[in-house]
Amino acid sequence: MQANGKGNGLATHSKGAKEDRFQGHDYYNIDELLEDDHLLARDAVRTWVKQEVSPIIEDYANRAECPTHLFKGLAEIGAFGPSLPTKYGCGGMDEIAYGIIMQELERGDSGIRSMASVQGSLVMYPIYRFASEEQKMKYLPKLASGELIGCFGLTEPDHGSNPSGMVTNIKDDGDAYILNGAKMWITNSPVADLAVVWAKDEEGVIRGMVVETGTKGFTTPEIHGKWSLRASITGELVFEDVRVPKENVFPEIRGLKGPLSCLSKARYGIAWGAIGAAMDCYDSALRYSQERVQFGKPIGQFQLTQKKLAEMITEITKAQLLAWRLGTLANVGKATPAQISMAKRNNVHMALEIAREARQIHGGMGITNEYPVMRHMMNLETVLTYEGTHDIHLLITGMDVTGFNAFK
Amino acid sequence: MKLLVCVSKTPETTAKISFSDNNSTFNEAGVQFIMNPYDEWYALVRALELKEAAGGTVTIINVGPAANDTVIRKGLAIGADDAIRVDSEPKSALFVAKQIAEVAKAENYDAIFLGKETIDYNGSEVGAMLAELLDVPYISFGSHLEMNGNVATIARDIEGGVEVAEVETPFVVSSSKGMAEQRIPNMRGIMMAKRKPLKVVPAVECEDFATVVSYSMPAAKSEVKMLDPENMDELVRLLHEEAKVL
Ligand SMILES: Cc1cc2nc3c(=O)[nH]c(=O)nc-3n(C[C@H](O)[C@H](O)[C@H](O)COP(=O)(O)OP(=O)(O)OC[C@H]3O[C@@H](n4cnc5c(N)ncnc54)[C@H](O)[C@@H]3O)c2cc1C
Repeated sequence: MQANGKGNGLATHSKGAKEDRFQGHDYYNIDELLEDDHLLARDAVRTWVKQEVSPIIEDYANRAECPTHLFKGLAEIGAFGPSLPTKYGCGGMDEIAYGIIMQELERGDSGIRSMASVQGSLVMYPIYRFASEEQKMKYLPKLASGELIGCFGLTEPDHGSNPSGMVTNIKDDGDAYILNGAKMWITNSPVADLAVVWAKDEEGVIRGMVVETGTKGFTTPEIHGKWSLRASITGELVFEDVRVPKENVFPEIRGLKGPLSCLSKARYGIAWGAIGAAMDCYDSALRYSQERVQFGKPIGQFQLTQKKLAEMITEITKAQLLAWRLGTLANVGKATPAQISMAKRNNVHMALEIAREARQIHGGMGITNEYPVMRHMMNLETVLTYEGTHDIHLLITGMDVTGFNAFK
Repeated sequence: MKLLVCVSKTPETTAKISFSDNNSTFNEAGVQFIMNPYDEWYALVRALELKEAAGGTVTIINVGPAANDTVIRKGLAIGADDAIRVDSEPKSALFVAKQIAEVAKAENYDAIFLGKETIDYNGSEVGAMLAELLDVPYISFGSHLEMNGNVATIARDIEGGVEVAEVETPFVVSSSKGMAEQRIPNMRGIMMAKRKPLKVVPAVECEDFATVVSYSMPAAKSEVKMLDPENMDELVRLLHEEAKVL
């Protein structure tokens, strides 16, 4: 219990100098809606994050370096494609378990969660959904075990929110296609062994394919100078007459619904992930407000601080309920892309607002890496933009409720 | 090797502790529970390592209500083969020891592992009682264990040093830090645990010789006084007059 937990060295496991004192927050007893395997998954990933991520993350983020050694650990705990079938070396879990894993990873850092979302939802998922059985067997077990690292190339320098305008293209050349073009902002690309790439065929139809790095004409230069997601590596994909064997092109899927179905998966995970970042900021701010004394009392006694904290836990609770309900819909295949848009948009914005308020509660300390808050805040600027920007998701909801398409 | 590991459920280390019924009952509402770390990190993991090296089975046992199944599933997720839950409130150390002994008598385990204590009641009693009820040797506070055939060499922590004991199977050993390293269950383990057998058996009668009269909280920590490092006289005065330690 409280008193002897510290004394016998059982309260903490952190190897670093700073102790990660995070505790989960469940104001509405949502745990009662979860099953044993969800709670066990959360406990396992939280323990892993406290042991492996928290002690090193500030340093890596500070140096803008990706802790690539964590790919192995992420694979070992089963964070790559946890909801894909066990036949391919994956976890066979449900969508709520997947969401909870993302929440706990993002509680550590959005960049670490990105490493896992890209590998699981944007690389393994399309291979699972769209590739031939042979290709699935070739790639999925190795991606699940972290032996291979993948990336996902949709965005282009001139086509972000409007991916259907992409210019990257393939031309038929007998037993292969010749791929030309460039992709931009690609998470994991400089360290990847393969890329799932979306490009237009000669009829202008979007096709998906697996392109292995090391193929002649394919380079992955790194993008530097990010103030956000600094512990995640981002790069380009440049294709100059790259020969892609025909068996590497997904046989059936045509059009934007291919990449969008992967994005739905990843956005779903982000809707959960953002709760993790928000909880970490709230947790740190709550503790700080109880410990920091000004004018002779803990700052948590001031009404303005209480307002911030009360609003934070209210918003976190709402976001948890949104994610949980979305999860139960996803489990039966009924979560619509528009519903996922709503949750991604709401929860990421909620997390960013909480990070900003939590930053204020920490005063000057809030801008340092003594606390996780500013790192989360900067990370969340990316999360607000990638996987469909905040405004684009709003327009998706707008289109869904009015029936009018504001993009055209 | 046929191994049994006793696991119990304890409040999470940061849980807020309170009592009801005139301070005679620990208030469980809102408290998060975990597997007792000495059982999980040391007893269970060492048993699993022995099984992995020499073959055999690891069964976990818990005396408790159905709410304990989450903790039991965690043990299965970490790698135990099956589990037994004796369906009853764990009323006292003797009660628990008696229930485990009852199961163990019928099963002929080569060794029974448990943690050196639970981190809530810190009783360190069940192991000794269990060994006595089974009439087998008991080694407490083991921090290292090697098996050679049916002989175990166990190092145990003693005040200021280490004692090394040798014991033949069957035996009971309680585990402290050093026995093994924590293992985090992975997602496949968690899913496999769902399909592993968890047998629920009824409790047997056991007389209670002691009852809890009341609990109390440790005295609240007094406030911290900050002094100017230059002001040594004031420090000495406070140590004299307030702390009364000089
Ligand atoms: C760190 C990082 C990692 C990333 N990882 C990947 C990855 O792995 N794979 C990948 O394919 N992509 C990735 N992306 C790209 C990301 O998905 C895009 O940045 C995002 O889709 C936005 O595109 P853009 O940056 O070109 O912005 P733009 O599309 O140019 O948008 C600029 C602004 O205009 C607004 N806007 C655009 N169109 C409209 C409209 N019709 N109505 C109203 N407002 C509009 C947007 O909301 C935004 O505010 C990543 C991005 C970052 C920053």
